Amino acid sequence: MSHGRDTAPKPYGTVAGFATADELLAATQAVVNAGYKKLDAYSPVPVHGLADVMNFKDFRLHYGALAGGLTGAVVGMGLQAITGGALNRIGIELPAMWQYAHNTGGKPIFSWPMFIPVMFECTILLTAFAVVGGLFALCGLPKPHHPIFNAEAFHRASQDRYFLCVEATDPRYAPDQVASLMHEMGAESVEHVMTSEGY
Amino acid sequence: MAYEPSIDKSLLEGEHTEASIDAAIADIVLDPKTHTQPAINHLKLGKLNVKIPAPEGYNSPWFLFMGIGFLFVNILLVSIAVLVFTGIGIWGNNQPVGWGFDIINFVWWIGIGHAGTLISAILLLLRQKWRNSINRFAEAMTIFAVMCAGIYPLLHTGRPWVAYWLFPYPNVLGMWPNFRSPLVWDVFAVSTYMTVSILFWFVGLIPDFATLRDRAKGKIARVAFGVASMGWKGSAKDWVRYEHASLILAGISTPLVLSVHTIVSFDFAMGIVPGWNVTIFPPYFVAGAVFAGFAMVITLMIPIRKWYKLEAFVTMKHFDWMAKVMLATGLIVVYGYAMEIFYAIYSGVPWELSLFHNRWEILQAPYSWAFWLLILFNGIIPQILWIPKMRQNLTVLMLVSASVSVGMWFERYVIIPISLTRDYLPSSYGYYTPTGWDFAMFFGTMGLFVFLLLLFIRFLPMINIFEIKELKHQLDHEAHAEHGHGHGADPEAAPAH
Repeated sequence: MSHGRDTAPKPYGTVAGFATADELLAATQAVVNAGYKKLDAYSPVPVHGLADVMNFKDFRLHYGALAGGLTGAVVGMGLQAITGGALNRIGIELPAMWQYAHNTGGKPIFSWPMFIPVMFECTILLTAFAVVGGLFALCGLPKPHHPIFNAEAFHRASQDRYFLCVEATDPRYAPDQVASLMHEMGAESVEHVMTSEGY
Repeated sequence: MAYEPSIDKSLLEGEHTEASIDAAIADIVLDPKTHTQPAINHLKLGKLNVKIPAPEGYNSPWFLFMGIGFLFVNILLVSIAVLVFTGIGIWGNNQPVGWGFDIINFVWWIGIGHAGTLISAILLLLRQKWRNSINRFAEAMTIFAVMCAGIYPLLHTGRPWVAYWLFPYPNVLGMWPNFRSPLVWDVFAVSTYMTVSILFWFVGLIPDFATLRDRAKGKIARVAFGVASMGWKGSAKDWVRYEHASLILAGISTPLVLSVHTIVSFDFAMGIVPGWNVTIFPPYFVAGAVFAGFAMVITLMIPIRKWYKLEAFVTMKHFDWMAKVMLATGLIVVYGYAMEIFYAIYSGVPWELSLFHNRWEILQAPYSWAFWLLILFNGIIPQILWIPKMRQNLTVLMLVSASVSVGMWFERYVIIPISLTRDYLPSSYGYYTPTGWDFAMFFGTMGLFVFLLLLFIRFLPMINIFEIKELKHQLDHEAHAEHGHGHGADPEAAPAH
């Protein structure tokens, strides 16, 4: 299956497990202070303050939600106006199949106040799709395999242990130094993790 | 730093570690024995000696209720089959009552669903930590209630196999929906509500799926939850995005839930039928929905927390607050009833006035029994919740919630058939009588609801595991700050983070 790419296991990083969120926070601060940049923490609950320590900011989801919402509003109103025959009134001819001009109680063809409920629902629907799709895309879901799962103790990251990983792609990465720093910070377990064969 | 109100300590009872929280919630799913009763130990079926000892303290008649639910699902299926073969003439609907049990039950079920979104979205925006223990369950209830609700309008079309005609799509007829009709708005509102509720629910489940994946001992469970968790690893970066996503979803679900019942009320309020053409309908319908929904959450939570030993997570404080929400929304609903009468009198419209005489004149008017039962169930009985002791009495709460559920059903009954048999033409004057099939279908959807809810309890964590852990962390931090450990002499000093 190899496409000329080297798929032999490579070092992924050094993973340390901590017993509490506070210890993880302190350890992350120490690792950042030591100058490491490529790192990530793993926890069963969101640990507040961790993102600040890691200098991690990501507001793309907010922009995605805004874009989804605006698209929904435009699509919702456009759908009703166009299929209701509004374009014909301003001289743009569309095939007859694309529109059906209802005369409801003598109301104008483009009676926009009556179109707000459907426009609103389309706005909400597309915002929700954008947010959930964006969340999956940014978190890389679904992705059943990740090198971090190779760590022995990592199954507790979703239960009651807090992990910090300094990745091998960090220019300053040196397994032994990272490991001793982690031990200093009170790590329960320290492992050097390899990527899996074929990845 | 965002404002964080302090948290009530009674939201989580007893001493907990993260492992004990996992064990209490996740193992209900992972250990099938928690769904049995100790009595089953001694069950002997001929030669077969069934031994399924339930773990200490668990006593769940899951199989019993599943059997009842399954029976009623079959009644539902039979009534749907007969309806599709025969036509909707098997229902009591006829001119002038074009909307009978089908629309009453549709509105009733949709209303019940609304508490789930209120708890998961509005209380999240308001930073109410007590939602953490009940939101997953309430959201599941929302989805199942909307499923039950959706069946009715779908079958009421008479030809459910062409239900896609409700949606706008290019077709050879050259027809497009009339977007000025509240019934088309309803299609958009309910389908959006269903979709967004499922998305919100699923996003909430992802971290818990990861917990279950890592705790599961059996291979099937491990693979199934592994697939469902999609490879969630709880990375700090992912958590940041996850929390953003939850907040945005809560932010859009809040106006959504208000819009859904507003639009359902437009189905009536936009019509000129006496008793329907009232501007108070949207807020009064939304309050009624929350009222009915909280009643249903209480009705279901009381037995389930006992069967599955969840008293530590769903505490008496939760019931107290749910009862207060029920009381408040109940008063809004009663205000709505009063306003309807005021409108009739103040408008001076003879048809409106005659309609209300038809509602309240005991013994004189054919429907007055329904109106006065409504006032009793929704207006009078819930007032007992003003007494704090009564909010702590589970039997009373159970009875009051049942009364509210029945009362909210009567509310829709009073609104729909009475108005339709008392409009402008004397030829419309009649009486609405439901048939056996109406009842079969109604009880059938209840069976479907119970059936789906029990499947949910069996296969998915019914309490949000990671949010309970978060609650525990916050409580620990507050306790820590109060004792002044590590904060020097000044306890008012800002917390560490």
